[in-house]
Amino acid sequence: MIDFNDKVVKQFTIATIFWGIVGMLVGVIIAIQLAWPAFNFDIPWLTYSRLRPLHTNAVIFAFGGNALLGTSMYVAQRTCQVKLFSNTLASMVFWGYQLVIVGAVLTLPFGFTQSKEYAELIWPLDVLLTVVWVLYAIVYFGTIATRTVKHIYVANWFYSAFIITIAVLHIVNNLAIPVNWHLSYPVFSGSVDALVQWWYGHNAVGFFLTAGFLGMMYYFVPKQAGRPVYSYRLSIVHFWALISTYMWAGPHHLHYTSLPDWAQSLGMVFSLILLAPSWGGMINGIMTLSGAWDKLRSDPIIKMMIVALSFYGMSTFEGPMLSIKTVNALSHYTDWTIGHVHSGALGWVALMTMASMYTLVPRLWGRDGMYSTQLINVHFWISTLGIVLYIASMWIAGVMQGLMWREIDANGSLVYSHVESIEATYPYYVIRIIGGVLFLIGALIQAYNTYKTIKGDQAEVAVSTEAAGAKA
Amino acid sequence: MSNFWHWTVIIVVVAHIIAYLWLLFATSKKKVDKRADNTTGHVWDEDLTELDNPMPRWWLWLFVITIVFSIAYLYLYPGMGNFKGSKEWTQINRFEANYAKVNDARDKSFAGFINKPLDELIQDDQAMLLGQRIFANNCAQCHGSDAGGATGFPNLNDDDWNWGGEYADILYTLNNGRMGVMPPWAPALGDDGVKQVAAYVRSLSGIDHDGALAAEGEAKFGMFCVACHGPEGKGIAALGAPNLTDDIWLYGSHEIIETALYEGLNGNMPSQSEILDENRIKLVAAYVYSLSNK
Repeated sequence: MIDFNDKVVKQFTIATIFWGIVGMLVGVIIAIQLAWPAFNFDIPWLTYSRLRPLHTNAVIFAFGGNALLGTSMYVAQRTCQVKLFSNTLASMVFWGYQLVIVGAVLTLPFGFTQSKEYAELIWPLDVLLTVVWVLYAIVYFGTIATRTVKHIYVANWFYSAFIITIAVLHIVNNLAIPVNWHLSYPVFSGSVDALVQWWYGHNAVGFFLTAGFLGMMYYFVPKQAGRPVYSYRLSIVHFWALISTYMWAGPHHLHYTSLPDWAQSLGMVFSLILLAPSWGGMINGIMTLSGAWDKLRSDPIIKMMIVALSFYGMSTFEGPMLSIKTVNALSHYTDWTIGHVHSGALGWVALMTMASMYTLVPRLWGRDGMYSTQLINVHFWISTLGIVLYIASMWIAGVMQGLMWREIDANGSLVYSHVESIEATYPYYVIRIIGGVLFLIGALIQAYNTYKTIKGDQAEVAVSTEAAGAKA
Repeated sequence: MSNFWHWTVIIVVVAHIIAYLWLLFATSKKKVDKRADNTTGHVWDEDLTELDNPMPRWWLWLFVITIVFSIAYLYLYPGMGNFKGSKEWTQINRFEANYAKVNDARDKSFAGFINKPLDELIQDDQAMLLGQRIFANNCAQCHGSDAGGATGFPNLNDDDWNWGGEYADILYTLNNGRMGVMPPWAPALGDDGVKQVAAYVRSLSGIDHDGALAAEGEAKFGMFCVACHGPEGKGIAALGAPNLTDDIWLYGSHEIIETALYEGLNGNMPSQSEILDENRIKLVAAYVYSLSNK
């Protein structure tokens, strides 16, 4: 028997569930503030401008990050059939990473920020994260290097791309000259700074939220389905095409700005080329189920995975579409972008994480399955409903805003003032809150189910089935 | 950009596109030596295997179509370094073309109003609609979409005008902007003086005040404040000094009086002549005038 280090994976798993709830709760709070601004109670550190970066950092880097670090260490050990390269380093990575997150919680609400979207952390935390990341890379690649199987499993290609690229992105975008313990000035300026920022920003999407979670998908979907990966060749092609194309896509965040036309165009065409490589992952994930489609009926974890892959396909279609200059002229700066991001973040990233946790938790704690399958099912439906409410309301709101902002009457005057578009958006903001609250409830259900599973409780299966029947 | 970067961009883009096509070509051919179970033969973690299915044809075509589109796009539009694209499109000339179109429409629709006198303009629904839209997009940010004002930004619906409310005054304000300055008076008045003058100013608007303090404040008001606010405190429009007797407070409420005396106040209405052309200023001025004169 190999002495797998599951302790650190367990820690990451619990951290994932905990920070997920924190991040989503902050998201709900700022969603409420958009509908009812007084919800900040005139307390400076509860204002939207300070909680919004806390929300994005918590859900992306705390929830998503813990999930990726934990599963990558689990997957690397299992698919390489070797224990972790170093248990001490792994433990340092876990606690170091939590320290970065706690640092974010203690700085962002109090106004300490670099003001770069998704890179708000002040320079001392950036340095700490860099150190943690290097240790993580040593643990991960050390494990791969000492593997006892010949071939490197596809999930590890994606995790590797994620680890290497995030290191590069993080370091380059945070190059700055510190002037005191919390303040620094970036070495880039003007359009160059903007381009570096969105090269970083979009590749955070590409390598953190896409490549990393594709790694997770490539292990947990076939594992849960008990089926082989659909096409080895497809995985090779879409892997190389995906990682090389994402690098180019950043400029589509800067359409119709002072960024030169040629750079905008290249950002757009490579974003379009990105469609097929992205869909390669969706095809490989969904088609892995061929021969086991009946599991869509019987296994809510599989259901969650397939819906996650469907949202992945949808948002990676929407992304290239939004990168087309003429479409972007309508969508940019509207809530459509927010809807797009959340179809990816809730639909793909969060659902895939949650489903993988359902697969992982019983294995880690040596249980036959989760405490309650019925609760997984409830979680699945409540989350899916929440996502649909969220993204549909933001689509409508975004298209409406875009049309209102640009509407010019026959006399050459703008028809609406900005505040009229905000007033018109109000009902959609309320619907969005409902969607967000439903999704948060789903996360709480998972936390409860996980707690009971770890504790070793067994739900009375017969009773819960009867109860469901009675309700129906 | 320099020749070096021009060619670097082109070479990297072309190399990238060729690499995609090569990748697709090299992997899309069906392999002959298939294993019986159609897997690659690799096994991980006891049960993870991979099938060796060919890539779906529709997916390959999707990939190829996006590449073909991109090549065509980069021929037509700027993208390849300094190459301008066959259509010579730029975002600037696209903006200018659109802007010219809108300006043409505006010039045409405004032509009828240029020589109309004020009293006709404010009775003309079309003119007032145009004025309202100009207001909503240029003035509402400070004065509110209902022109009701906000702290530091005057209400334009009432009859209280710091700089005069005639049409000519409003036009002047829009064209040239206004700077309202009240200097701090505490150094001259002292703490007690501030309290006394504040009490007197409250008495002018009939607000609750300490009568004894106000009586002392009256003399000081006569010494320091009358120069701008006038002997009766009714303000002087030429200086932008507000009327202090009407209980209308530009900065929220009479609570501001002490602060104003201590710290002074600065109000700034920027000139709109760089942003709005003459016709639009005329229409929006008429609209603002109409708010309190209909």
